[in-house]
Amino acid sequence: MMNIQEMILTLQKYWSEQNCILMQAYDVEKGAGTMSPMTLLRSLGPEPWNVAYVEPSRRPADGRYGENPNRLYQHHQFQVIMKPSPDNIQELYLGSLEKLGIDPLIHDIRFVEDNWENPTLGAAGLGWEVWLDGMEITQFTYFQQIGGLEANPVAVELTYGIERLASYIQDRENVFELEWTNGVTVKDIFFQPEYEHSTYTFETSNTEMLFDLFTKYEQEAKDTMEKGLVFPAYDYVLKCSHTFNLLDAKGVISVTERTGYITRIRNLARGIAKTYVAERERLGFPMLKKEEQ
Amino acid sequence: MATDALFEIGLEELPARFIDDAEKQLHDKTAAWLESLRISFTNLTTYSTPRRLAVLIEGLAEQQLSMEVEVKGPAEKIAKDETGNWTKAAVGFTKGQGKTTDDIYTKPFNGTTYIFVKKHIEGKNTMDLLPGFKDIITSINFGKNMRWGTQTMRYARPIRWLVGLFGSAVVPFEIANVSSSNTTFGHRFLGTQITINEPKSYEEQLHQQFVIVDAKKREAAILQGIRELEREQSVHIPIDKELLNEVRNLVEFPQAFLGSYKREFLSIPEEVLIISMKEHQRYFPVRAQSRGELLPYFVGIRNGDDTSLNTVIKGNEKVLHARLSDAAFFYDEDRKRSMSEFLTKLKRVVFQEDLGTIHEKVERVIILTRLISQHIELPTADINRAVRAAEISKFDLTTSMVNEFTELQGVMGEKYAAFYGEDAIVAQAIREHYLPKSANGALPETAVGTVVSIADKLDTITGCISVGLVPTGSHDPYGLRRQAIGILRMIHANKWDISVEKLIGLALQVYATSKVQLENQDEAATIIEDFFLHRAAYILKETGIEQDIIHAVLHQAIGNFTYSLAKAEILSSKRNDETFKLSQEAFVRVLNLAQKADSIVMDPTLLKTDSEKALYEKYYSVNQAYRQSIRDAKEDLQLLEQLTEPIHQFFDQNMVMVDEDDIRNNRLALLHQIGQLIYSYADVTKIEWKQSF
Repeated sequence: MMNIQEMILTLQKYWSEQNCILMQAYDVEKGAGTMSPMTLLRSLGPEPWNVAYVEPSRRPADGRYGENPNRLYQHHQFQVIMKPSPDNIQELYLGSLEKLGIDPLIHDIRFVEDNWENPTLGAAGLGWEVWLDGMEITQFTYFQQIGGLEANPVAVELTYGIERLASYIQDRENVFELEWTNGVTVKDIFFQPEYEHSTYTFETSNTEMLFDLFTKYEQEAKDTMEKGLVFPAYDYVLKCSHTFNLLDAKGVISVTERTGYITRIRNLARGIAKTYVAERERLGFPMLKKEEQ
Repeated sequence: MATDALFEIGLEELPARFIDDAEKQLHDKTAAWLESLRISFTNLTTYSTPRRLAVLIEGLAEQQLSMEVEVKGPAEKIAKDETGNWTKAAVGFTKGQGKTTDDIYTKPFNGTTYIFVKKHIEGKNTMDLLPGFKDIITSINFGKNMRWGTQTMRYARPIRWLVGLFGSAVVPFEIANVSSSNTTFGHRFLGTQITINEPKSYEEQLHQQFVIVDAKKREAAILQGIRELEREQSVHIPIDKELLNEVRNLVEFPQAFLGSYKREFLSIPEEVLIISMKEHQRYFPVRAQSRGELLPYFVGIRNGDDTSLNTVIKGNEKVLHARLSDAAFFYDEDRKRSMSEFLTKLKRVVFQEDLGTIHEKVERVIILTRLISQHIELPTADINRAVRAAEISKFDLTTSMVNEFTELQGVMGEKYAAFYGEDAIVAQAIREHYLPKSANGALPETAVGTVVSIADKLDTITGCISVGLVPTGSHDPYGLRRQAIGILRMIHANKWDISVEKLIGLALQVYATSKVQLENQDEAATIIEDFFLHRAAYILKETGIEQDIIHAVLHQAIGNFTYSLAKAEILSSKRNDETFKLSQEAFVRVLNLAQKADSIVMDPTLLKTDSEKALYEKYYSVNQAYRQSIRDAKEDLQLLEQLTEPIHQFFDQNMVMVDEDDIRNNRLALLHQIGQLIYSYADVTKIEWKQSF
C-alpha cells in the first residue's frame, strides 16, 4: 500500500518520463495549483509548456481546526500541465493511475462531464471529473480561456487531489490517519498547523491589517505591472487573493463588497495575462524557437 | 447495385446530456444529405455511446441518380440580334453548359422571355461523394463546444478516430488532423483496437469488444440488471427515467451492482438521501416492496463487466458513506442553531447586485404578500400564515444543508421550520413558494403557499426587469418567463379575482417604499405588463386558443387572467356556432362606427325612433347587469348577446350618418358607449370569423 510520499514520487517519475519539467511548489500562498504562475501564466501564449508539480493549496474557509475528517485548511494537489494538449492525454493519465497501483480492470474509472470556471482569474475550461469507483479523484480540464484571453494552443490541466486519492489507496476514512511516509501520518505533520491556521483565520487575525495589506498589495501589483514586470506583479495578485480569502473566511466582507473585491482581483489577473503575453512576444517567444531548433 | 456504409466518430467522453440529441441530428442530417445527393438507401440506423456516434446506412446505391435539369440563360432580346441570329451571349451560354445553339428553346419567366437548354446530369459514383460526410460530422450542434491541442475546430469533445466504410473500402476524409480508416476501438479497458470487416458487422464486432453501441439495448441491459437485483433482494427499485437515460449515456457496457449504507443514515430526511444518491453519484435508491420506505441500499451502474465487482461496490459505498456522513453532520449542526440565526445571515447573501440582499428581498415580499392576500380576501388566519411564511421563506438558504445541497432549498425549509415548531401550513408554504419549478410544473397546494409564491416571483420579475434584466432570446438567467407563467397559472388555478396589472402595480409600489430605488417606474410598468401579456398569450396558445382570439381577448391588458382565459375559451367554442354569427356581425358594426364618434356624451332626449330608444334601453339594462356580474365569461357574453337583436333593428331602421349634426352625433355617441361595453369583453373585430362560417 502506497504512502503519500511514494505516491508523489511515483507521479513525479511518471510525468517526468512524459517530458514534463518537474517544478517545486510555488512559494506564495494560493488556493489551487492552477494559480501557480507555472500554470496560470505559462498556459498562455503559443509556447509549448509541459510541467508537473505538487502544490500545497490553502483554502482558509475550509479550515476545521483539524476536527473534520474530510476538510482541510491546506491540502495538496498534484498538478500536470501539457501545452499543446497531447492527442493521447487520456491514455497518459490512465497510465499514471496504473503506476499508482490502480488497475482499471478491477475498478470502475469514468470521465464525467465537469466544466471548470474561475471567475476571479477570468479562466474557464471544459473537461471531466475522473471517477474512481464513484469517487472524484482528478479534475481534467482543457483550458479555453485564461485571464480573459483565449487559450491557443489549448493546454490540458490534470489536478489530482492527493489526500482524496490517498484515502482511497490507503483505505482510510479520516484524512489525518493517512500515512505520509513510514510511520508518519498526516496528523503528525499537519494537525497543529490545521488547528492554528483555523484559529488564526476565524478568530485572531488582524482584520484591519489584512484590509490594509489588500490595498497595498493591489497597488503594488498595479505599479509593478505598469513597469512590465509580470512575475513580481503576479506574486502580489496571489497575495491579494489569499488576503481576500482570509477576510472572506472570517466573514468581515459584506456581500456588496465581496463582488467588488473579486472584480478587483480579476482585473489585476486580466491585466497581467495580457502583459505576460506581450512580454513573451517582445522576447520572441523563446520556448517556441527552442522547439523549432 | 447497393452496398452498406458505416461512419463512426470516435471521441473522448461526450457529456451524457449531449448524446441523445447528437445521435438524432446524425440520423436526420445523414438522411437529408443522402436525399439531397439523390443516393437511395433502404435503411439508416444510428448508434451512440459516450465515446462514439455512428451511423449504418444499408442498401446504399452505388450511383447517384442521374437527372435532367433546365438551365436558364439570358433574356431572348439579349440572346438574339435584330436579324434574329444568336448573339455571342447566347453562344457563350450554350457552350458553358456543354450544348449548342440547336438545343435552345424559349419560354417566359416572370413576364420576360428567356432562352433555356436542357441538360443531363449523369449521376456520380457514390464512393466519390461519400467523403462529403465530413460536413455532416462537423455540422452536429452540441450545447457547448471546445478546442483542443493546436486545432482550430470546435466540437463537444476532442475527436480521436474516424471510421468511414463503403462496403469494405475506406471512405477517405480528414477532420482535425484525424484520418478516417476501418479501425475502431472497443471498451476503454476491456476491449482493444479492431478492424471493422464490413459495415453490418459493426454492432456485433463492438459487442465482442464490450461495447453495446445501441443506446436502447444498453438501457434494456441496465433495466434487466436492476430487475434481477430486485428479484434477488425482494426490494423495489423505482426507475427515474431521467437518471436511467443519463446513466446509459455514461457507460458503454453496463453492469448493475447493489451497495449498502449504514441504517442510521435513514434518520436523515429522505430527500437528502435521494439527492446524494441520484444527483451526486447517479445511483438508484432502493425501497421496500411493501410500504415503499427507503432501505439502506443503492444500485450503481459500472462501466464494465463483473470482474472484482466487490472492489467497485466497496469503493462506491465508501464515497456514499462520506457524503451521507457530511449530510448527517449538517443536519445535526443546523438543528442546533435557531431560526433567527439563519435569518440574520440573509443580510449577507446577495439577491441581485442592484436589488439588494435576500434579506431586503424578503422584506419586500412580506409587504407584497400582505397586500395580495388582503386584495384577494384570504381569511385572516391565512393572511397571518402567509405573512409568517414570507418572513421565513428564505431562512434555509443559510443552513449548512442547503449550502451543500442547493437543490434542497424549500424542502429543508419545510423540515426545519416544522422542527422549530412553526405551523404546518407555514412550513409547507416555504417549500411551496418555489413552485412551479417549470412552466408546466406542479403548483402549490395551499393558498398560503400560492400567495407567497406569487409575491416572491412578482418581486423578482418586477425588480429584474426594472434594472434592465429583460430576458432576450434563450437568455433568461433568472427564469423570469417561467416565473411569470407560474404566476398566471396560479391565479387561474385559484380563480382569484385580481388583475395582473394590479399585481404589477402593487409590486412597484412596494419597491417605491423600499431601500432599493428603481428608476423610470412608469416605463418599467409598461415593459413588465407587456412581458406578462406575452406569457398570457403563450398560455392561451398552449390551451389551444387561436391567435386571432388571443388578440381579441388580450387587446388591452390581461386583467383578471382566469376571466380572460374563460372568455377566450367561450369565443373559441363559438367559432362554429351559426347563431353567434349574428351577434358577431352586430358587434363589429357597432365597433366600426363607434370609432367615428366625436363626442361620447349621449343625450337620451335626442333619441327619436322606437328602435333607437329600444337599443338604448337594452344597453342601459345590459350595462347595469354587466357591471354587477361576477365575471362569468359565459353569462357576460349572454348578456352582451341580448344587444344583438336591438342592434340589428337599429341599423335596419336608422341611418346613423344623417345630415343633422345633433342626431348623428347622438347616435354615434350611443354606439360608442355600446362599443366600450363590447370592447371591455373583447375586441371582436380582431376575430377572423370568415374562416369558420
